[in-house]
Amino acid sequence: MQFSEKWLRSLCNPALDSDALCHLLTMAGLEVEEVDAVAPPFTGVVVARIVSFEKHPNADKLRVCTVDIGTGTLQQIVCGAPNVVAGMKAPCATVGAKLPGFEIKAAKLRGVESFGMMCSADELGMTQAHDGLLVLPDDAPVGSDIRDYLSLDDHKITIKLTPNRADCLSLAGIARELAALTDTSLTLPKVEAVAPKHDERREVSLDAPQACPRYAGRIVRGVNAAAATPDWMKQRLERCGVRSISAAVDITNYVMLELGQPMHAFDNDKLFGSVHARMPKAGDSLKLLNGQTVEPAADVLLIADDARVLALAGVMGGDDSGVTNETRNVFLESAFFQPDAIVGRARALGFSSDASHRFERGVDFDLARTAMERATGLLLEICGGEAGPVVEVVASDALPQRKAVSVRPDRVRRVLGVGVSDADMRATFERLGMTVGSAGDAMSVTAPSYRFDIAIEEDLIEEVARVVGYDNIPAIAPVAGTTMLPLPEARQSQHRVRRALAARDFQEVISYAFVEEAWEADFAGNTDPVRLANPIASQLAVMRSSLIGGLVGVLGSNLRRRADRVRVFEIGRCFRKNATGMPVAGYDQPVRIAALAWGPAASEQWGQASRKIDFYDVKADVEALLGAEASFEAAVHPALHPGRTARVMLGGALVGFVGELHPAWAQKYDFGSAPVLFELELDAVLARKLPTHVDVVKQPAVRRDIALVVGSGVRAAQLQEVLQSAASEIVRSIDVFDVYSGKGLEPDTRSIALRVVLQHTERTLGDAEIDQTIKIMVAVAGEKLGAQLRT
Amino acid sequence: MSNFDQILSEAQAAFAAAADAPALEQAKARFLGKSGSLTELLKGLGKLDPDARRTAGAEINQCKTAVEAALEARRDALRSAQLETQLRAEALDVTLPGRGQGTGGVHPVNRILERFETLFRSIGFEVADGPEIEGDWHNFTALNTPENHPARSMHDTFYLQDAPGVLLRTHTSPVQIRAMQAHAAKYENADMPELRIIAPGRVYRVDSDATHSPMFHQVEGLWVGEHISFAGLKGVIIDFLKRFFETDELQVRFRPSFFPFTEPSAEIDFAFMSGPNKGKWLEIAGCGMVHPNVLANGGIDAQKYTGFAFGMGLDRLTMLRYGINDLRLFFENDLRFLTQFKD
Repeated sequence: MQFSEKWLRSLCNPALDSDALCHLLTMAGLEVEEVDAVAPPFTGVVVARIVSFEKHPNADKLRVCTVDIGTGTLQQIVCGAPNVVAGMKAPCATVGAKLPGFEIKAAKLRGVESFGMMCSADELGMTQAHDGLLVLPDDAPVGSDIRDYLSLDDHKITIKLTPNRADCLSLAGIARELAALTDTSLTLPKVEAVAPKHDERREVSLDAPQACPRYAGRIVRGVNAAAATPDWMKQRLERCGVRSISAAVDITNYVMLELGQPMHAFDNDKLFGSVHARMPKAGDSLKLLNGQTVEPAADVLLIADDARVLALAGVMGGDDSGVTNETRNVFLESAFFQPDAIVGRARALGFSSDASHRFERGVDFDLARTAMERATGLLLEICGGEAGPVVEVVASDALPQRKAVSVRPDRVRRVLGVGVSDADMRATFERLGMTVGSAGDAMSVTAPSYRFDIAIEEDLIEEVARVVGYDNIPAIAPVAGTTMLPLPEARQSQHRVRRALAARDFQEVISYAFVEEAWEADFAGNTDPVRLANPIASQLAVMRSSLIGGLVGVLGSNLRRRADRVRVFEIGRCFRKNATGMPVAGYDQPVRIAALAWGPAASEQWGQASRKIDFYDVKADVEALLGAEASFEAAVHPALHPGRTARVMLGGALVGFVGELHPAWAQKYDFGSAPVLFELELDAVLARKLPTHVDVVKQPAVRRDIALVVGSGVRAAQLQEVLQSAASEIVRSIDVFDVYSGKGLEPDTRSIALRVVLQHTERTLGDAEIDQTIKIMVAVAGEKLGAQLRT
Repeated sequence: MSNFDQILSEAQAAFAAAADAPALEQAKARFLGKSGSLTELLKGLGKLDPDARRTAGAEINQCKTAVEAALEARRDALRSAQLETQLRAEALDVTLPGRGQGTGGVHPVNRILERFETLFRSIGFEVADGPEIEGDWHNFTALNTPENHPARSMHDTFYLQDAPGVLLRTHTSPVQIRAMQAHAAKYENADMPELRIIAPGRVYRVDSDATHSPMFHQVEGLWVGEHISFAGLKGVIIDFLKRFFETDELQVRFRPSFFPFTEPSAEIDFAFMSGPNKGKWLEIAGCGMVHPNVLANGGIDAQKYTGFAFGMGLDRLTMLRYGINDLRLFFENDLRFLTQFKD
């Protein structure tokens, strides 16, 4: 809502300067977004009359004017404006005037003396460039200060209103609020009923009383629709950001800005029969003022006559029933439409109007008649004509009710944490136009018809807070019991995991949860992803079920920026359809952690040969995150190389995958070499084992290394398991320390070297015992896996 | 010069001439070896009478001790010379960079989240979590948002295809409802202790330009109890801002506003009293006293308990803290940007 400060001050004028006024409004919830001076500061500019002029002797484009500036002495002023006419009035900056950026002095222009400067609007900093002098009306008083004459000491103030404060979408509304906040007097325009001069009337039928419970209409005959809108009205409209269109339209807009009642002016001669406020019928169609033709949806309230649709009620009028310059007889509409009947209707058609903006938030339901009289008065004054009777139909039952709301002063003080007396509360409510009664310990408060936001006690608590001023409520640290928060040691925080991966040279990224559909297919094998109904772009149309796509995307974008090494991770939610999903039925939404490494295993550095990252580097990262409990099995994953992928198991459950990107995808996404990735359920990573203590064994441990040759199909973990199964209790651990294939071995075989640590808890082991244990293990491995001791 | 003196000076000269340990051992043999000159002299003692033997023996031994001392001294000198050479040879260029794995970093928004959580945990707030695919009841209805509210439209909110009423949460506020419901259920038949949570996370809105991202981060805060007031809300927020920005040099103002889920509601603006943003009001959060309908939807007695709630843009906090001026940088994942926030 944009308005003129001067207009506001004509209704309520507290002793505050512009800055203080704006601050007060902002701090009362009417946020001032912008303040623009109508004109920059300048002095010494007066209304002047060009008595006569002649061509400049030395310049084709200049004229030498004789100008009356009201001092009794005519001045000679040289002027280059093209629109100079003898007898015209225009602003003149007199000698000594201070204009934005310069001062006027007597000067010689091409040899001719000039005592002042005739001004354009542009030169006064008022508007954008216009050619020529600012033409003033003929009745402008010569010699008067232009700032007074054009009331330039004004500001255009824009406030951003919250949706509950539709009552402030008018000058009267803002003035009312200002008066309540500052406890100053309010002077609203006096509106008197216009006595009918004829009895021509148009009947009104409320066919949808729930949507339109009040409608007032009036015929004004014999108007001159082509009459000019008076300058004062144009000026106020312009300063409220409303363009002047024609007298009748300007008048309805003026009344809307002044009082808050949107109105409409029809050409009465284009209406047929009665006026109906009704819901659509089959075949209804309307060409709107903005040129758009609509077939109204079933929930759109219409204004119609007996023959056709005239307007979308409270939204916009029709193109061929509105007033034009030829209109002789006007039908004025002033109605109340229920917010629910208007809200969203304009938006559904892709526009918004001043009327719909107000009606959907709530217009004073008692205002229609006053506004009608106000508009009629202005119409007669400006366009002439004769008013007929007001035909007003009201469905009282369907009008909004203003019920008394009970408010307990003690509760107000408790909720706000500020001491406000009962008397101050009562005064606050009364200043806001509310009726206050008593009901035991509580007050019983009834809101005026223009307030749509007072229905419960909290609404009134808020009013007290606003008028007291949020600044005047103290800031107090709340007092609370000092109980400690739970700190589960067996579950670490996400932040700790982030730090752990960062310490392992990974950089965290955050990518969009909506992804390209191709990613879901390529990297998650998901052909039925969760789809958005209204994606922002087609490549952001489905929800990710895996973080891998996002990381691959990050790799791609950083390679395009010529990164030579990329190690990234992300923690985020993934989404997959699942009928039994929780807590929102139909969807699983697990949080996952995934990482990707591409390029050299370590950054390029001296004294260390560079090598590409491989599966085992990233597997080590997974092991570091999950601890020794995790196990790995060969697996297949749509994103990954089928021979270089492991599923990660923890406590018997699948918790994720680690592997190298499938070469097909590495090629498709143009990565040169394939990155290695992992993706794990975050819960599995956050879970920690609580450490438990076992006594340290004091007996010496013995190490025996054995190298076993097995077929290349035999996996290391398989071999370890078999050895473990054959080991007696003195075997403490069996670890792989070397793997070899090639020269000296049969093709399709490899040698796996294992370190076996043996230890007895009570005594020192003897050689025979050790040899026997190892011998049995090797024998069983031979039997089960064909393993041979390498000699 | 006596015979002994000559032997000693010969030995000293020979030892000094030995350039390394083997040469020194060879030189030693000339004097102290099996057929060394001193050994020979000792062998000759047997031919002397006892008196002369005693005298000569003492002289020979004296000489031998002196030769041995000279030998030992030369050995020491050679050893330390050798160590010296070794140390010189082993000297490193200590200015070469250290080797091994580098370090990565945490995303700036999550750095700030960690800081945020730490501050609020210090006054007893627990961290709560909620789903990002939400139902419209939790996201709107339970939060007192009218059926026809524009925020519900597809212009503002992402909806899922073929799933009426299922959407991507537009704020972290639905976690309030879930947390209150869980709290109320837990203490159904007992005195309810205070509920103090923050709920950080990703939220989604149909909006994309220089200052808006269709996905961004919020943190919700909620404190419900018997004595929670607007004054307390102001106290907590002002305390937080001062701790977060590590300065008392800031002004905070609470400006009346409107949200369906709080009443009274406020926008929080703050201004630094120094630095590049000095004196400029910066919007940082929306907040207010929890609307009684919202408490009721969370299963909490709105007469007995009151509460306050606030929602802050985590991305915006991060931008203000680190002087970042473009929100989109957070989601472009340019490593040249992200790695600036390493520890």
